[in-house]
Amino acid sequence: MTGNDIFQIVLYFGVLLLLAKPLGDYMARVYENQPFVLDRVLGPVERIFYRVCGVNADEEMDWKKYALTVLVFNVGGFFAVYLLQRFQGVLPLNPQKFGAVSPDSSFNTAVSFITNTNWQGYGGESTMSYLTQMAALGVQNFLSAATGMAVLVALIRGFQRHSSKTIGNFWVDLTRSTLYILLPLALIWSVLLVSQGVVQTFSEYKTAMLTQIITYDNPKNDAQGNVIKDEKGNPVTEKAQMKEQSIPLGPAASQIAIKQLGTNGGGFFNVNSAHPFENPTPFSNFLEVIAILLIPAALCITFGKMVGDKRQGRALLAAMVIVLAILMVLCTQIEQKGNPNFASIGIDQGASSLQPGGNMEGKEARFGIVNSTIWATATTAASNGSVNSMHDSFMPLGGLLPMWLIQLGEVIFGGVGSGLYGMLIFAIITVFVAGLMVGRTPEYLGKKIEMFEMKMTILAVLIVNALVKIGTAVGVSTKAGIAGISNPGPHGFSQILYAFSSASNNNGSAFAGLSANTVFYNTALGIAMFLGRFWVIIPVLAIAGSLAAKKKVPAGLGTLPTHTPLFVSFLIGVILIVGALSFMPALALGPIAEHLMMIGK
Amino acid sequence: MTGKKEKRSLFEPTILKRALLDSFKKLNPRYQIKNPVMFVVEVGSVLTTLLFFHALFGKGEASPSFILQISIWLWITVLFANFAESLAEGRGKAQAESLRKTRREIMAKKLASADRNSGVTAISSSQLRKGDIVLVEAGDIIPMDGEVIEGVASVNESAITGESAPVIRESGGDLNSVTGGTKVLSDWLVVKITTNPGETFLDRMISMVEGAKRQKTPNEIALDILLAGLTIIFLLVTVTLLPYSIFSVQAAGHGSPVTITVLVALLVCLIPTTIGGLLSAIGIAGMDRMIQANVIAMSGRAVEAAGDVDVLLLDKTGTITLGDRQATAFIPVSGVDAKALADAAQIASLADETPEGRSVVVLAKEKYGIRETDINSLGAEFVPFSAQTRMSGVNLGGRQIRKGAADAIEKFVQSQGGTFPSDTRSIVDDIAKQGATPLVVAEGTKVLGVIQLKDIVKGGIKDRFSEMRQMGIKTIMITGDNPLTASAIAAEAGVDDYLAEATPETKLKLIRDHQAGGRLVAMTGDGTNDAPALAQADVAVAMNTGTQAAKEAGNLVDLDSNPTKLIEIVEIGKQLLMTRGTLTTFSIANDVAKYFAILPAAFLSIYPALGALNIMHLATPESAVLSAVIFNALIIIFLVPLALRGVKYKPLGAEVVLRNNALIYGLGGLIVPFIGIKLIDMLITAIGIV
Repeated sequence: MTGNDIFQIVLYFGVLLLLAKPLGDYMARVYENQPFVLDRVLGPVERIFYRVCGVNADEEMDWKKYALTVLVFNVGGFFAVYLLQRFQGVLPLNPQKFGAVSPDSSFNTAVSFITNTNWQGYGGESTMSYLTQMAALGVQNFLSAATGMAVLVALIRGFQRHSSKTIGNFWVDLTRSTLYILLPLALIWSVLLVSQGVVQTFSEYKTAMLTQIITYDNPKNDAQGNVIKDEKGNPVTEKAQMKEQSIPLGPAASQIAIKQLGTNGGGFFNVNSAHPFENPTPFSNFLEVIAILLIPAALCITFGKMVGDKRQGRALLAAMVIVLAILMVLCTQIEQKGNPNFASIGIDQGASSLQPGGNMEGKEARFGIVNSTIWATATTAASNGSVNSMHDSFMPLGGLLPMWLIQLGEVIFGGVGSGLYGMLIFAIITVFVAGLMVGRTPEYLGKKIEMFEMKMTILAVLIVNALVKIGTAVGVSTKAGIAGISNPGPHGFSQILYAFSSASNNNGSAFAGLSANTVFYNTALGIAMFLGRFWVIIPVLAIAGSLAAKKKVPAGLGTLPTHTPLFVSFLIGVILIVGALSFMPALALGPIAEHLMMIGK
Repeated sequence: MTGKKEKRSLFEPTILKRALLDSFKKLNPRYQIKNPVMFVVEVGSVLTTLLFFHALFGKGEASPSFILQISIWLWITVLFANFAESLAEGRGKAQAESLRKTRREIMAKKLASADRNSGVTAISSSQLRKGDIVLVEAGDIIPMDGEVIEGVASVNESAITGESAPVIRESGGDLNSVTGGTKVLSDWLVVKITTNPGETFLDRMISMVEGAKRQKTPNEIALDILLAGLTIIFLLVTVTLLPYSIFSVQAAGHGSPVTITVLVALLVCLIPTTIGGLLSAIGIAGMDRMIQANVIAMSGRAVEAAGDVDVLLLDKTGTITLGDRQATAFIPVSGVDAKALADAAQIASLADETPEGRSVVVLAKEKYGIRETDINSLGAEFVPFSAQTRMSGVNLGGRQIRKGAADAIEKFVQSQGGTFPSDTRSIVDDIAKQGATPLVVAEGTKVLGVIQLKDIVKGGIKDRFSEMRQMGIKTIMITGDNPLTASAIAAEAGVDDYLAEATPETKLKLIRDHQAGGRLVAMTGDGTNDAPALAQADVAVAMNTGTQAAKEAGNLVDLDSNPTKLIEIVEIGKQLLMTRGTLTTFSIANDVAKYFAILPAAFLSIYPALGALNIMHLATPESAVLSAVIFNALIIIFLVPLALRGVKYKPLGAEVVLRNNALIYGLGGLIVPFIGIKLIDMLITAIGIV
C-alpha cells in the first residue's frame, strides 16, 4: 500500500465518523419528536400531508398492522414503478422517445427499486425516460430507504418500550424519515454534486463528432440476429468505423444524491458512478462515497441515543468499522499489488507519480486504486451497490472481498435502516450464546431473548442465506442460468454467485460480465430481491412487537455487558462464523480456486 | 448437610452398563426426532449405510471400505450422544428406584373420624384418598402425605432426606406436615391425608429425579431453535454443493463431483453435533446436581430461573446468623430493680421453649440466682408468640407479664392504660445499635426493662455475600427485628439491604416491588405464612421440614432444610446455563478447522490448486474426511464429563466470566480441532486403514 492509500482510507473513516455523530443525534430528535429546527419550518407541511392522506398520526400500530402497512405500501410502489415503465412511451418527459420496457425487465426493476436493491438489468441512458427515472426510480429511492429506516425505528422502540402493545405508526415514521432526513440531505448533496459538474437537465441527448475516427471489428450477425461463427467457433467480424458519439444527459444530480444517501445504488447511467457525468471529480467521488455509509453509520448513534445508552450504538458502529476497515485495507493491498502474471512479463505495476500502479483493469484513471477499493468495499458493506469501478475486473481475491461483504448479510453498515436491524439480529444471536456463557438466560438491552425472538431471528438469517445458496444452485444447474456467464472456469461461477448474493441481500451491485437482462435472471433475481427484503422485515417487526411487550430487566454486575470490546469481538466472531463461513465452500469453487490457479499452485 | 446419604459416582459400572444399553434403544427415530441435530446425523448414517451396500453390490461412488468407515463413525456419533443422555439419566434412575422402594403398598389404619378412638379399619394405602384420616403409631410407616391433626411423635424421614436423626412432628404450627414413606419411631399421630395416590410428594420426587416427565425448559427450546437453524443453514451449504461441484466439473473440464458420502460427512461435521448431542444431558445433569445438593426441583424451569436470580431474600435467622440468639444482659428502666426485671423476665420465659426463651431463664439463674419454677404449679396461663402480636408472656393470677419487640410492648402497655417510659426507648436504641435484639419486658401497665439478646453472625457469610455482589446479585436480609437491630446485623453480615419488622405482607410486597422492576427474586421459606411469598417468588425454596402449604408453594424443596442452600442453588443454575453457552460456542468454533479438513479433500479432483487449503497437510482426501468425522464423534465423548459436571464456576462479574469462557471455549474451540484432526489423521494413516 502507498502512503496515499493509507491517507485516503484514514480520511474516509475520519470524515465519515465526524459527520455521523451530529446526524445521528439529529435523527434521534426527529424520531423522538423532540424539537429540532426543521420541524418549525416543515411541521405544517407534515401535518397537511397527514390530513390529506387521512392518516391519524397519534394512532399507534401493533407489529402485525405495522408489517401489513409496510407490505401494502411497497406493493403499491411496485405497481407504480412497473406501470410507469410499461407506459413510458406514451408519457411525457421522454426526449429520446424510449418505448415500453419489457415485462420481465419492468418486473425486475420494480422489485429492485422497492426493495432498496437497485439491481439494474437495464442500461439507464438507453432504456428509461426522464419521467421513469424521476417519478418511478427517484421516488422509490426515497421511499425504499425511508421504509428501511421506519422498520429500524420500530425495532428500536421494541427495546425502548416495556409492556407496550404498539411499536409506532408506519406512516409517521415513513413521512418523518423522508421529509426531515432524506430530502434535506439529498438537497445538500445534489447542489454539491452539481457544483462538481454532475448533469441536471431535461435536455435531449447531444451528439458530438469524434476528433479521431475509430475503426473496430464488429461481429457479423445473420438474419436471426445471431452471431455468425467460423469453423473454429470464433465470431466472424467486419471492419466498422465510428465518427460520432451520442452524449446522454438528464436530471442526474438529484437522483445520484439520493441513490448514494439511501443505499440505493441504481445509477442514472449504465456504468453508474464510473460515468464522468455521474461522478466527474475526486471531490464528487469523495462526496458520493461518504454518502454511501453516512446514514447507516449515523443510525448507530441514533440507536444508542434512543435506547438511552450511547455506548450500545457505538459498540455496533465499532464492529462495523473494524470489519470494513480490515477488508478495505486487504482489498486495497491486493489491488495495489497487481497481477502476478503481468509482473512475469515485465509490466511495471508499481505506483509512481505517473501511475497509480496495481490492477487498473476496470478502474477509472481519475480514481486510481484506493478510491476504487474504498468505494467497492463501502458499497458492498452497505447494501448500496453503486460502483465506480468494475468488481468483475478485480483480482480474484480483491473481488472476493466485496462479494463476502455482501454475503455477511449486509450488516456491516448495510442498507439505511436494514443494515442496523440486520446487525441487531446478529447481536441477538451473540447475546444468546454469550449471555448463556455468563450464567444467565440471555437478555439484550434489558429484554429477555426467548423462544419467539430466537425463532424470528433464525428465520431472518435463514431466508437470505437460503436464497443465495438455492438461487446460485439453480443458476449453475440450468441452461438459462449458465447462458449469462461471460467467463469460463471458476470466474463464471463467481458471476452467478455474486448476482444471487447481491440480489438476495438487496445490494444491487454486480460482477459486470453477467448478462442478466434475460427472462431467467430478471425473474429469479426479482424473486430473490423481494423475499430477501420482506421476509426479513416481517420477522424483524415481529421481534419488535414481542420485545415491546416485555418488561425491562435492569442491568447489574451479573448482566452481560454489550458495549465492551470483548462483546464487539464476540459479535464479529458470530457474524463471520454464521454469516460468512457458510459461504466458504462456494467461495472455494469461485474466487479462491481462481486465485490459486492464477498463482499457479 | 450430612454425608450419610449414599453418593453415586458419575461413572458407576451399573449406571454405565445401563446407559450403554439405552444408547442403542434410543436409536429409534421416533425418539431421535425430538433432537433435530442428532436426527440429521442419524439420517446421514442410514444414507451412508445404504451407499455402502450400493458400493458393495454395484458401482459405488467411492470405495466400499471408505464409505463403511464413514458410516460406522456416523453411527458412533449418534450412539455417543445417546450415551451421554443415558448416563445423565442413570444416576437419577438409580435414585428413583431406591425411592420407589419406600413407596411400597402398606396397610393403613383408617379412622372413622378425627378422633383417635373412633375405630380403625385396615385399608391398603393405595385406596386412601384426600381427606381420609388415619392413625399412625410407633413403628408404622406413614401411608401418604398429610397433615398432623392430633398428637406428637418423632419421625424418621431418612428415606426422603437421607438424614437419620429423627424429627418431631406435631399438630398445629409449622411442624405438622408428614411425608408418605417415612416412619414413626415413637408415640402416635392422627393424620389427615392431603393428596391422592400418584400425586404425593414422593411420587413427584420420583418422576423428577427419574426425568420421566422431563420437559424442555424455555431456554433449552430457544437454544434448540438456534441449533436447528444452524443445522438448516449447513444443510443448505452441503446440498447446494452438489450442483456447484457438478457445474465446476464442467467448467474445469475434469474431475468428478463431490460424492454424497463426503457431503454427508461435511454436513455432520458442520452442524453443531457437540452441543446438540450433549444438550439434554446438560439439562438432566443440572437437575441431578440439584439432587446431589439434596434439593428437589419441581420443574427444570426453576433450575434455569435460579441462574437468573437478581435478588436473594434471606431469612436472618439460620441463614445469616447462627439462629440461636442468647440473652446477655438485663437492663432495667430507672426505678426498677434489676433483679425484679430478671424475675419477671424469667417467669415470662418459663413456658417459652425457644432457645432464646431458654437463654433468658439460664441468664436469670446465673446472674441473679433466680431458680426455675414449674410453670404448671404456678397456675399460669401461657400466651404464645404470634407473628401478629409479636410478643409472648404469661398471665399469672392478676399479673400480665409480656416480653416482646418495643413497639409491640408499647402498644400493649398503652392498651392497658399505662405509658411507655422515655428511657426505655434509649435503652432499646442502644442495644439495637450494637446489633443485638432488645426484648422489652412489661407487667400490666408498667415497663420493667429490656433483655438484650445477641445474635451471632455466621463465619464466612460476609465473603459469600461479597461474591454474590460480584455476580450482580443483591442480598436482602429478612428479619422480624426492629430497623436498628436489623441495620447493625446487616452491616456486620455485609448484606446489601434488609427488611426489618417483616410480616408476611411486607415480604410479599417486597417481592412484588422487585419483580415490578423486572428483577427475579429467590427466597426460602418454611411456614404456612410464607406460602404467599413463596408462590410469588420466581425461585422459591421450601424447607422439607416446612408445612405442606409451603412445599406446595415452592418450586424447589430443600431436603436438608438448610437456608444457606439458596446460594448453592443459584450457583447450580448459573452453572447449567454456562455449560450450555460454552459448549455451543465450542461447537460452532470447531467448524473452522473442519472446513479446512474437508473442503480441499472434496474439491481436489476438480481444482487441484485447492490443495493449498489443506493447511493441516492431511495425508489423503479420504483420511482428511475420515479424521474430521472421527474427531467430531470423539469430541462428544470427551466432553461428556464436562457436560455432566458442568463448567467450573467462579463467582465473578459477567465481563470476566465471558472473557475467561470465550478464551477457553471460543479460542480453544478454534484451535483444538486443528490439533485433534491432525493427530487422528497421523494415526489412521500409520495403521493404514485409509
